[in-house]
Amino acid sequence: MLAKTARTRHLSTMNAHVFSFNEHTMHAEPTGALWLPELRVLVVSDLHFGKSDRIARRTGTLIPPYENLETLNRLDADITRLDPKTVICLGDSFDDLDGVEAFDNTNRTTLTRLQAGRKWVWIEGNHDPGPVNLGGTQVAEYSVGSVAFRHIASDAVPEVSGHYHPKHGIAGKGRQKPCFIYDRSRLILPAYGAYTGGLSATHANLRGLFDARAIAVLTGPRAIALPLTAPKLSSAKLGR
Amino acid sequence: MNDHLPDNASPAQMILPQMFTDWFASRGWTIHPHQREMLDRKDAPALLLIAPTGGGKTLAGFLPTLVELTDGEHTGLHTLYVSPLKALAADIKRNLRMPVDEMNLPIRIEDRTGDTSYTQKRRQRADPPHILLTTPESLALLTSYEDAPRIFKGVQRVVVDEIHALADSKRGDQLMLALSRLQTIAPDLRRVGLSATVENPQAIARELACHPDPCPILQADPGPAPDIQMLVTDEHPPWTGGGAKYAIPAVLGQVKRHKTTLIFHNTRAQAEIFFHNLWLANDDALPIGIHHGSLDRSQREKVEAAMVAGELKAIVCTGSLDLGIDWGDVDLVIQVGAPKNVKRLVQRIGRANHRYNAPSKALLVPANRFEVVECVAALEAVRAYDLDGEPKGPGPRDVLCQHILITACAGPFDVDALYQEVITVGAFAQLSRAEFDACFDFCATGGYALRAYDKWKRLLQRPDGQWQLRDPRAAQRIRMNIGTIKDTETLKVKLKGNFKALGEVEEAFAATLTPGDTFLIGGQIVRYDSLKELTVQVTRDASKTPKIATFMGTKFATSTQLQARILRMFQQESWPQLPDHTAEWLQLQRNISKLPEADRVLVESMYFDKRHYTCVYSFAGRNAQQTLGLLLTQRMEELGLHPMGFVATDYATLFWGLDPVTDPATLFDVTAINDGFETWLAGNAVMKKTFRGAATIAMLIERNLPQARKSGRQATFSSDILYDTLSKYDPDHLILQITREEALRGLVDFGRISEMMTRTAGRIDHVTLDRVSPLAAPMLLERGKVTVAGKAAERLLEDAAALLMENAGLSQLPQ
Repeated sequence: MLAKTARTRHLSTMNAHVFSFNEHTMHAEPTGALWLPELRVLVVSDLHFGKSDRIARRTGTLIPPYENLETLNRLDADITRLDPKTVICLGDSFDDLDGVEAFDNTNRTTLTRLQAGRKWVWIEGNHDPGPVNLGGTQVAEYSVGSVAFRHIASDAVPEVSGHYHPKHGIAGKGRQKPCFIYDRSRLILPAYGAYTGGLSATHANLRGLFDARAIAVLTGPRAIALPLTAPKLSSAKLGR
Repeated sequence: MNDHLPDNASPAQMILPQMFTDWFASRGWTIHPHQREMLDRKDAPALLLIAPTGGGKTLAGFLPTLVELTDGEHTGLHTLYVSPLKALAADIKRNLRMPVDEMNLPIRIEDRTGDTSYTQKRRQRADPPHILLTTPESLALLTSYEDAPRIFKGVQRVVVDEIHALADSKRGDQLMLALSRLQTIAPDLRRVGLSATVENPQAIARELACHPDPCPILQADPGPAPDIQMLVTDEHPPWTGGGAKYAIPAVLGQVKRHKTTLIFHNTRAQAEIFFHNLWLANDDALPIGIHHGSLDRSQREKVEAAMVAGELKAIVCTGSLDLGIDWGDVDLVIQVGAPKNVKRLVQRIGRANHRYNAPSKALLVPANRFEVVECVAALEAVRAYDLDGEPKGPGPRDVLCQHILITACAGPFDVDALYQEVITVGAFAQLSRAEFDACFDFCATGGYALRAYDKWKRLLQRPDGQWQLRDPRAAQRIRMNIGTIKDTETLKVKLKGNFKALGEVEEAFAATLTPGDTFLIGGQIVRYDSLKELTVQVTRDASKTPKIATFMGTKFATSTQLQARILRMFQQESWPQLPDHTAEWLQLQRNISKLPEADRVLVESMYFDKRHYTCVYSFAGRNAQQTLGLLLTQRMEELGLHPMGFVATDYATLFWGLDPVTDPATLFDVTAINDGFETWLAGNAVMKKTFRGAATIAMLIERNLPQARKSGRQATFSSDILYDTLSKYDPDHLILQITREEALRGLVDFGRISEMMTRTAGRIDHVTLDRVSPLAAPMLLERGKVTVAGKAAERLLEDAAALLMENAGLSQLPQ
């Protein structure tokens, strides 16, 4: 356990959603990162580095090859702001293992700088089931106390996972946004990578993983919590 | 039928075989002078025929081909016919069969569109017919095949029908690029354009020509002037709105008195509402159908078949029925809502009858009081034969990018030769080599400034200097994405348990629906139940009025020329040509405030219901007035005037807020507006929408994936993400340049704001009133109000989320 002073020094911003999950205080950051202030652990999921290269290789379509730069910039901002002791990348960090070679020298230098002085854990995902050879430790799963950190949700709870790229919103209040979803035993993170789509949080595959009181936390300028299963409300009450 | 008798020794008589003369005679026809001249000039490399509807335009285009094919000597493809509509290709096939079958000519005619079966398409490539009827997209696809040179080697003529409808759009540019390709394969290819009456035939001729060669114009007798009136009703038109419900009894009366009536609307939503109301009042159960682009194809075909069979008294329709399809005995056209554009009005009226030399009959139905003025102005313009048209910009480079990729699909190519070919297209004649090279570089490498694709380029140079696709399998994906038609993301609407769709709605509209909401589609009211995968599930609803009226927001802006006419009309001392109710309204405006003038901006400041209103009359058209609304509210915010919202019409923008505008001149500071525009534009939704279009056409993103979207949409991500990323890291990228240019001309319409600023040159008339002015009053009732959002939108989302949390009892959970 860390000293309490550390916690006060590394407060996340006012805009995070603060909740407790299996005796850990957790901050769902508006950027899509998860912050455990007591342990100074930062968790990000589904970075999908190398996506544009993979698309180019497989389809010929040449989308702007800037996702590595953009995702690293986001990560840089969160790491600089929070100064974590440990960074956990929750799998699918690379769009596929060939994507590691799309990581150019500038990207490598940035990553090395971010890794310096802290523990860095790469969890294997379905897109990147193997060694990535970019510093840090490669594992299938990682545990913090009783909580397991893995890529895809399993039956062994409590756990924190990614994989689904959940998105959620309120009808008539703008587009769906990447979101966290949690109940008492499970927490799923939004995709953190720049070029990632999403699966609607109400999709059966996702909803079936949670109990009726699950909460979704939307990312954006501020983290906004709302029930995953919206109760019936008249549209007038919602200000429509 | 007309009775033009041919001169006895005309050259056409000499080359028109006897069997054709006999055939004309057997039908009691004589050949029209312009049909004869098309025969005379059959060897012209390019020729544009301008003829009114019903003038035998299509036969004029085909006659030389039919004559040339009479001897049965030609093998393979002889003539390509390209039309903007699939339905038109099918219709022409029917009409061409008649002379071919009756004269027993050895000619094979087939059509090829997106609806043609796969096996039929394969067979057509192996063994092309003499005459192939197709669309620009299907033609572009044909040119992408490796065997294109074999298919098109012997082609003699291309006939582009309704070329005026293609010339205004990117589809026309794509077609002309495809023709430049064909011209290389078949150097003897002759080009024939068939056009309805247009304001500037030279512009169309320039597009059709193989630059720098000329394209002469053949002008047929325009026929008698149409008989157009405004529909007089007992009931006065309302102050605002677009439904024209007040006119329903009068319209039904007209339908009864005519054989077949086409009732045109400017938007699909208005067509649906009008159709619904028409049936509520249709006590005699007259057979009336509806036809518009959102309806399912099978539904549209049913209506088309009933129409051809003469089973319908009337069809409520939109632009989807605009083009020269022969619907039989239409003897009346009704235009509901102001026509917005005189050229379109004239062409629609041309639909009224296909009898040459008989005047077409049409009625205009203004939907509201201001549209009365617009309709009268449009009638005067038609009588003065004063057609409008906005000049077209240079050839769109996103279409060029697609053309380069299509060329690559067909096999290795030489980039210098391709450039030479491209500049034979009128729209691209001024394209510099540097501009071309930028497009080529985009296709080959993506054209990114900060990071290059080294290993996975799209195009590679071969040892012989020619270029080819790196991966030949990419050709299939490129072919699947050919086309320039804007792809609004639409969702199918299905009745629960039904396999067949009722029609489609825009995704953005579907997103606003709450279960229980009712809306109109295909003339029936349905209740929204759920969104299942990519289908909107609905059930029939018995209610009489839908809760949500609109689902398609296409609104045309009134043309510059028509606006000028309206402004001139305002300066008359009295208005004998207007109905009393409208003339009195204008007189009242003149007494209380002022009528707007062409070279000045009128600004009215009014206080009403605890709000300060400011109405800016600048007559720049709906899109530009909307943009002006966004810019001026931003300016008001800067000046601390607390704007709360605005609404824009074709002629004015009305603002409201907490503080009065005392000095309008400060609002119209040109430098401030220009600066504000730059920042506003970058983050604007219109830019993202335009980017999506340009990026899709240039094939930066794919519209169609080989496998249909299946499990959720985890793999695809929004084009907005690409827009944001590019803007941040590569702001000068080709596709962003294209996006910018296009948005300025199109939805943002900044050109018309600049035009207005120049026209009025800071001359502002400011009138302060203690009541709402007669001209501004209807705007208070307008739909489509825009609330000034800023940070408010995020705030509204937070409030709604908090309310949901509280309701679910989740806000008290230990956190």
